[in-house]
Amino acid sequence: MSVVTEVSSDGKKLTISIEGRFDFGRHHEFRESYERLDYKPESIVVDLKKATYLDSSALGMLLLLRDHAGGDSSDIRVVNSSSDVKKILAISNFDKLFDIS
Amino acid sequence: MQLEPLTILIAEDSAADRMLLSSIVRRQGHEVLTAANGAEAVEAFRQQRPQLVLMDAMMPVMDGFEAARQIKALAGETLVPIIFLTSLTESEALARCLEAGGDDFLAKPYNQVILAAKIKAMDRLRRLQATVLKQRDQIARHHDYLLNEQRVAKAVFDKVAHSGCLNAPNIRYLQSPYALFNGDLLLAAFTPAGDMHVLLGDFTGHGLPAAVGAMPLAEVFYGMTAKGYGLSETLREMNAKLKRILPVDMFCCATLLCLSFQRRSVEVWNGGMPDGYLHNIASGERTPLTARHLPLGVLNPQTFDDRTEVFPMAVGDRVFLLSDGVIDTCDAKEQLFGVERLQQVFAANRQPDQLFEEIEQALQDFRGEARDDVSMVEVSLLEAAQLIPPPLVYSDSGQSCPLDWSVNFEFRAATLKRFNPLPYLLQLLLEVHGLRAQSGALYSVLAELYSNALEHGVLGLDSSLKRDASGFTRYYQQRNARLDELQDGYVRVHLQVAPKDGGGCLTIRVEDSGKGFDVERVMARPVDGIRLSGRGVSLIRQLSRNASWSDEGRSARVEFFWEALA
Repeated sequence: MSVVTEVSSDGKKLTISIEGRFDFGRHHEFRESYERLDYKPESIVVDLKKATYLDSSALGMLLLLRDHAGGDSSDIRVVNSSSDVKKILAISNFDKLFDIS
Repeated sequence: MQLEPLTILIAEDSAADRMLLSSIVRRQGHEVLTAANGAEAVEAFRQQRPQLVLMDAMMPVMDGFEAARQIKALAGETLVPIIFLTSLTESEALARCLEAGGDDFLAKPYNQVILAAKIKAMDRLRRLQATVLKQRDQIARHHDYLLNEQRVAKAVFDKVAHSGCLNAPNIRYLQSPYALFNGDLLLAAFTPAGDMHVLLGDFTGHGLPAAVGAMPLAEVFYGMTAKGYGLSETLREMNAKLKRILPVDMFCCATLLCLSFQRRSVEVWNGGMPDGYLHNIASGERTPLTARHLPLGVLNPQTFDDRTEVFPMAVGDRVFLLSDGVIDTCDAKEQLFGVERLQQVFAANRQPDQLFEEIEQALQDFRGEARDDVSMVEVSLLEAAQLIPPPLVYSDSGQSCPLDWSVNFEFRAATLKRFNPLPYLLQLLLEVHGLRAQSGALYSVLAELYSNALEHGVLGLDSSLKRDASGFTRYYQQRNARLDELQDGYVRVHLQVAPKDGGGCLTIRVEDSGKGFDVERVMARPVDGIRLSGRGVSLIRQLSRNASWSDEGRSARVEFFWEALA
């Protein structure tokens, strides 16, 4: 599994961890990771610690997640981005939509 | 599983063995063909195409080895399993059976159970091969179909995309032929004033989904550029349209440029594209044009940010844009080519015209093969006179042309903040057929009069700020800040069209609520094109007739004439 999900014990926080290349090949798994929950978590963390690469379809997937989580009112943090991944997120100005660290 | 009956060819020179084998195989439910030697076997295969062959190795006329080779050749890609019947026991002879194309062997005397099992196993293999071939052909057909679809889509799209001016002498670009299907899009067009708009875009994804957004984007780009809209309005419209029609996970990274040959400047908006570069030829310096915005199609119209940056340019300076295919090229170890390597290519570049080739070479050296999603474009600033925008094409007959009228507009603060009236004014004026031949000059003069009235008049900006490059940037920052804070003030535009000697005359008067300027001092300056500041006034004096200023510079008046139309 290259997309691993974990829900906090109080059920309020969903953590989605991506391993390896974050690209179109992860599309199905990534959507599944939050769509299969039958409720909406209050906050979502996307952990990119083990992600080696991220392409524009991954950015699209992040937008889908944001839309699913309520758009402007969503609370999504993207954490543990490598410097390469951070550069890609910075070029796209995605820090205007997500809390990136 | 009950297998469907097969047609099985039995090649065996001993009549007794042939009979025995035939009856065993028939009892297992299969059709049987027989042959008494290799040559007969090949002929039987040629005529009746059995699905499986039981082949004696030693036969007169033609032995089983040769017959097997010929049958395999005739069968081509279809798997026709051949099981050798042999009393041979030396491993070398058994190996020869397989080398000749046999798939298995069965030792004499025959064991019915083993024979049945081997026929079944071979039948499974045969079916597997048939399925693989069928699927391969299906994939090939689908692939052809897809390529044909792409070809048609590309042909249609090329008509739309190349309606612009990518072939202008100041544009060089490099795109793989099917870049569109990697989501890359390159558009260029002249504005009515002779400025040039250029868009390099990159849609998310690949294939047709990446290409579908290109069509509406190109339509907005060409439509609005031709009508004289600026970058901000065009960007707003493109963003709103893409947001409306694209799914949430699709968007378009884009850099939009407006190159003004008359004002010698470039206006830039970059949403999500890699840094572009403004190359100052005199100093060798490259100013990065960094992405300040989210890509098009992400934000809703209320939150979309259309703020642009303006940089001065000298004749010969170049703007270089590239797609992420360049810097995201990976080598075998998943290392990115990256911006640093790109800048090394810049630093090593001696012949500016060789830059594309040098970048391509560097990518190939890095990766070992060329990528098909690399787009690069370079636009250089020429003398305004070196570029002649193509004439606009009109479709109406001219019968309803208005020839005697006047109209007054007053644009007040709240309007000045966010509305560009120029496209509307120009469209109104171009209803007058006699003016169409000079639409470029007309638009340039109108645009200069309006921006003078707004920037120097209403906003009180000092054009001498634009004397050097850093002041240039400061000027446009101040412009945006003061416009944001604007509470009152106005720009009035008075247009009057009157018939004259079969032709006619247009008088434009533009007034503003500002402090005015020292008309005599400004008019005393030579009409030249070197300085960054004050170019507006000399442009107006060159392109229109009888330009004059009154009311201490608060009111400008120009005229345009046209002769009787043939």
